[in-house]
Amino acid sequence: MLKHEQIEKSVTLLIILTLLVVIWGGLLEIVPLFFQKSTTTPVEGTKPYDAVRLAGRDVYLREGCYNCHSQMIRPFRAETERYGHYSVAGEYVYDHPFQWGSKRTGPDIHRVGGRYSDEWQRAHLINPRDVVPESNMPAFAFLANTKAKDSVGADIEKKMQVMRTYANVRGIPTYSDEEIKGAKAAIGDKTELDVLIAYLQGLGTALKNVK
Amino acid sequence: MSDFVSDFWNLYVVVIVLASILACAVLLIVQGKATFTPGKTMGHVWDETLEEYNNPMPKWWSWMFVITVIFALVYLALYPGLGNYKGMLGWTSGGQHKAEVEKMDATVKPLFDKFMAMDVKAVAGDKQAMEMGKRLFLTYCMQCHGADARGAKGFPNLTDADWQYGGEPEQIKETISNGRMGVMPPHEQLGADSIKDLANYVRSLSGLPNDSVRAAKGKETFASAGCVGCHGMDAHGMQAVGAPNLTDKIWLYGSSEATITETITKGRQNQMPAWKEFLGEAKVHLLSAYVISLSQGAK
Repeated sequence: MLKHEQIEKSVTLLIILTLLVVIWGGLLEIVPLFFQKSTTTPVEGTKPYDAVRLAGRDVYLREGCYNCHSQMIRPFRAETERYGHYSVAGEYVYDHPFQWGSKRTGPDIHRVGGRYSDEWQRAHLINPRDVVPESNMPAFAFLANTKAKDSVGADIEKKMQVMRTYANVRGIPTYSDEEIKGAKAAIGDKTELDVLIAYLQGLGTALKNVK
Repeated sequence: MSDFVSDFWNLYVVVIVLASILACAVLLIVQGKATFTPGKTMGHVWDETLEEYNNPMPKWWSWMFVITVIFALVYLALYPGLGNYKGMLGWTSGGQHKAEVEKMDATVKPLFDKFMAMDVKAVAGDKQAMEMGKRLFLTYCMQCHGADARGAKGFPNLTDADWQYGGEPEQIKETISNGRMGVMPPHEQLGADSIKDLANYVRSLSGLPNDSVRAAKGKETFASAGCVGCHGMDAHGMQAVGAPNLTDKIWLYGSSEATITETITKGRQNQMPAWKEFLGEAKVHLLSAYVISLSQGAK
């Protein structure tokens, strides 16, 4: 029989057995999630990010918005009262990777879509203190200086194809060829600020007014 | 109905969970039977005198493991965890949220009912209602209108007596419920010179310093270019379309010639979101009253 001493003295054996324990946990905690309808089926009203929003999402990732904003409304009254319906798994099926975040320096923004006007988002991103004097959010005025087609939108067709591959594996609705072909045109001359606002305005709208 | 795509996954979870717990129990029993020679070391010596003994675990410690195994089984019997099994308590996170909301609703409903039965203006005079209104305002409205309700550039000050869409209770309620879409179309086609005239005329309306020659020309353009369509012949605005009164000293975007020029050239577009669905009638009622209370005493 395997002795504690043997495991302790053989690094290889220690690594193999540690991995086995981790895999065992993963088999139970992770694998079944791939085979649950609630995690793999889009909630009604959840659609793949169109070209503009997909590009905006990359601005969101690049600027590290997730460091201060979560996209995960927990099922507590204090949260649903403020933000709206709690988040459900089926709303994230098109998020690769998801943007749940783990810390709220700013508020949760999973249902920020339509909550403020485009103009508010613009003014707020350019200088948050212009509309909310108490805010400690950094200003993102520089996003207006770069055209999305020169940065996050440069390889938009490729990104959409990758997203389509993910969706096809799961058998959920995804982009048509026309949508991918028209991606560049859809982004057009929009700035990074414009596409980010488009992304934000589409967030969480599927269950926005559901009680 | 099962959330899993097939029954295999139900079985998969049940088997792995129970096998893991069983394995822990077996390990505990086997280890509990291991024999130890008191005083015998593992043969290592560190730092001159530090030796490792091969002693059994303290009893309380092994009991903790036993308790963990029992806890796991009790937990799995009461709560969902074993595949499709719902647990004896029938607990769900959605259900817990619902119960929490219902409990609070039962507490606040009499209050909201009381205020709903009252006229908006009467609610505006109720101290308790206004405390509630303030909290609602600070949660949902302050991002645009400011914590002091004095607004920001492009977002109206609610503490003055000026109303873009009307200050009557029904109008305020309509604004909050269904939102408003404010559109000032761009007038670039008029040309920079005419726009400069117009800007001077607009400044003259509220007595701001202006070039009187240009203002006189601007007055003609104001009528001919269609500005009167929304702002009216007397430039007092039109609440039905949200066109502001240009003759007062209240400015949504600013009164400098440069800002007015920008407003005329590029137009303005902003939106008040609709809140009826999100907040529900009772909260809209209370907020309408709060907004009215904000401008009480303002001239």
